[in-house]
Amino acid sequence: MDALSKKVQEVFDEPACGKNQAKSEKDRKKGCTKQLQPGAAAGGCAFDGAKIALQPITDVAHLVHGPIACEGNSWDNRGAKSSGSRLYRTGFTTDINELDVVYGGEKRLFRSVKEIVDKYDPPAIFVYQTCVTALIGDDIEAVCKAATAKFGKPVIPVNAPGFVGNKNLGNKLAGEALLDYVIGTAEPETTTPYDINIIGEYNLAGELWQVKPLLDEMGVRILSCISGDAKYQEVATSHRARAAMMVCSKAMINIARKMDERYQIPFFEGSFYGISDMSDSLRNIAKLLVEKGAPAELLDRTEAIIRREEAAFWKQMEPYRDRLKGVKVLLITGGVKSWSVVSALQEVGMEIVGTSVKKSTLEDKQKIKELMGEDAHMIDDMTPREMYKMLKDAQAEIMLSGGRSQFIALKAKMPWLDINQERHHAYAGYSGMVTLVREIDKALHNPMWEQVRKPAPWDIPVEAVPLEMPLKAVA
Amino acid sequence: MAAVTHVKKSCAVNPLKMSAPIGAALAFMGLDNCMPTLHGSQGCTAFGLVLFVRHFKEAVPMQTTAMNEATTIMGGMDNVEQAILNIHKRAQPAIIGIASTGLTETKGDDVDGYLEIIRKKHPELDELALVYVSTPDYVGAFQDGWAKAVAKIVKELAEPGQKIAGQVNVLAGSHLTPGDIEEIREIVEAFGLKPIILPDLSGSMDGHVPDNFSPTTLGGTTLTQLRMTGSSEFTLAIGEHMREAAQTLQDKCGVPFEVLETLTGLDGCDRLMSLLTEKSGRPAPNKYRRQRSQLVDAMLDAHFYLGGKKIALGAEPDLLWGIGNLFAGMGAELAAVVTTTQSPLLEKLPAREVLIGDLEDLESRAQGCDLLVTHSHGRQMAERLDLPFLRMGIPMFDRLGAAHQVTVGYRGTRDLIFEVANLFMAVAHEPAPDDWRQPASEGAACGSCASAAAH
Repeated sequence: MDALSKKVQEVFDEPACGKNQAKSEKDRKKGCTKQLQPGAAAGGCAFDGAKIALQPITDVAHLVHGPIACEGNSWDNRGAKSSGSRLYRTGFTTDINELDVVYGGEKRLFRSVKEIVDKYDPPAIFVYQTCVTALIGDDIEAVCKAATAKFGKPVIPVNAPGFVGNKNLGNKLAGEALLDYVIGTAEPETTTPYDINIIGEYNLAGELWQVKPLLDEMGVRILSCISGDAKYQEVATSHRARAAMMVCSKAMINIARKMDERYQIPFFEGSFYGISDMSDSLRNIAKLLVEKGAPAELLDRTEAIIRREEAAFWKQMEPYRDRLKGVKVLLITGGVKSWSVVSALQEVGMEIVGTSVKKSTLEDKQKIKELMGEDAHMIDDMTPREMYKMLKDAQAEIMLSGGRSQFIALKAKMPWLDINQERHHAYAGYSGMVTLVREIDKALHNPMWEQVRKPAPWDIPVEAVPLEMPLKAVA
Repeated sequence: MAAVTHVKKSCAVNPLKMSAPIGAALAFMGLDNCMPTLHGSQGCTAFGLVLFVRHFKEAVPMQTTAMNEATTIMGGMDNVEQAILNIHKRAQPAIIGIASTGLTETKGDDVDGYLEIIRKKHPELDELALVYVSTPDYVGAFQDGWAKAVAKIVKELAEPGQKIAGQVNVLAGSHLTPGDIEEIREIVEAFGLKPIILPDLSGSMDGHVPDNFSPTTLGGTTLTQLRMTGSSEFTLAIGEHMREAAQTLQDKCGVPFEVLETLTGLDGCDRLMSLLTEKSGRPAPNKYRRQRSQLVDAMLDAHFYLGGKKIALGAEPDLLWGIGNLFAGMGAELAAVVTTTQSPLLEKLPAREVLIGDLEDLESRAQGCDLLVTHSHGRQMAERLDLPFLRMGIPMFDRLGAAHQVTVGYRGTRDLIFEVANLFMAVAHEPAPDDWRQPASEGAACGSCASAAAH
């Protein structure tokens, strides 16, 4: 078994994943990637997942080793924001040609690394493997090793070619690359008892910055966010954190668990979406830090902040309560977001008429049941046609989903809101929840809906047209 | 005459180029009731799909054969078969257009052979048209994939037949927007001719709100029309890269053709008018005489603003040809030109040099230019160089209305010229007292530097 297949087996057998542990030995061997159905599949590949997970590291060069498709069709299309370097938004690819396919692309890859070092001099270079270069046997680990030695800076192989599986697997393989090559390779200048890691937060639309001011106020320092608005050096020193929060459900659970095993950094799984989740997350951060030796007064300080923020939030909600009460929402998204957003919307009195659980774990589903009751309408795999019908028949009044399904709602002339990675608004923390509710209200109550739903003049039944001349005469 | 240079470097930085398979997929999207499908890993489709959704702001039908490591090595026959059967069952399209990718081409899948076997095995698919085009990701660019797909569509589906008076084919290149195609249709129809447009994105990707939901394309060239292309009196190929398809159609069905490299600019439009007049036997309608006059007037008004300006231009060859000649024809200088793939047009471009390269190459040559023209990926560079930025081409993800941008015909050219002139007017420099002062000493030189930097 080659190194990559071993790695894939390993990340599939995740002891901290409840869903995995519930499986039989035989099922566990099969891994958690469902066999994709040709002609009926959707979603990104493992390379896509790896890139999503690591690209938010802002000051490194992300070099894609493969044909133009993998980077040329997709670069600079994600909403992760940076407070510093913009290098992560530069598209680097070896753009291999036919000759490389025949003779191998390793030399081109090595020269590419050299060109990047010469021109951009980043603190590190991440090299992403893709299908074609994996198939022809380019050994990116060997090239990265040679380049690291030659140029004296970390050149890190991210071995997650698209054809090994889906996006989620790619997230995990990216995590493995960080564990193998980055985390623990440098020491922080200083440490404090208040140092935490946030794992699986990508700072989309700047959401980390909605949370950070509160952590600052608590006196908590983000030693490293993996990987939103991260710098290479921060990730390299992240093994010195006292505690960690794992944000995006199962995407990077392997990082959290292995850092616990290797460096004794306890973690909890939490979310910044929704008021109660946000408050719980702040509480858990404080609790873990205190357990690891931070002064206990951190707990009181945290509670005071939570009380203040929650009160401020509800005050801001008052004008919306009447306007949004009982509004029927269809929520199509994956994993953790389903339950954390469910609870958030319920808090302002909205009714969730359905939520997708395609990417959710058993645990996620249990949480949804707790929130929505036993008869929760959980949708495993809804076809676009079914979504369209649900909206068209007004069983739902608004759909929240990712960008790719937006037109299902819009073409049904129903309101829609983007809650996935390309979104432009930040919805994290207390202020993010205010934004989300305000955006829902804006979408629902736009007077445009009434206009676009009006029939065209030629579709109005003839007797309804007020004409002076008798219509029969015209006909 | 331009020197055409391949950039000598190993690493492409900030790609201008997109892959051939998604070019083929977009061509298939211009067919009615079609499901474009990439034979590759699911990511190949996902990236293309997201790109088109962001560009058109439309639902995009696109499927995948979902190849994985094992099926790639064993060969993708089963996946192609499963994909066709699944798509047939779930979406019931009239046409499935399949494009290969780097992955399946590296393995060497013989998809033409697969399709023959699948046809024999599944007589229930007899009514379904299948078109396969070979588009390895590591050869050529987006426009090449589009060109190959259209040539293959014609080869597979056009049927020789009795010529139908007044019926003409319009083979539309990938540089044309749905809005452009709509404009061309109007012009051709105004001469009393009946156009079959292939591919017809104006039916499928023009952003209309349909009455019902469909998982396949909604509108575009129908299968019946595709078959009838062999019965047309002549073919207008718009864009040099449509030559191969036009030639294929002539070889197969005896339809003569004319290639019009561009319909942007006075010359190209005049050629179209002459040709349509000749083919239809009708004089140009009055509205085009008026529009021509408006374009001439626009050129007179705008030449003050375009003359002498230095343009940094990054686009696929056929778009580059139209836009580049328009600028050069208005007295601007094509100071930095980058394109994606080889084309016979490149060396004829009125520029010193045309690079086949990326946006890093364009950026390094765009210092001192007055305007940047490229697709939305130029946004970072425009910001860094502080250049006015005209977005042209695919993808255009940070503006609305990409599908409706019209730059063909007298009217489209007129509006494009106004848009460019307005960009220059918006950044016009206000004269300052020190603008003309000669640097007398070190200190004065610095002052002049500062004012030059502020321009």
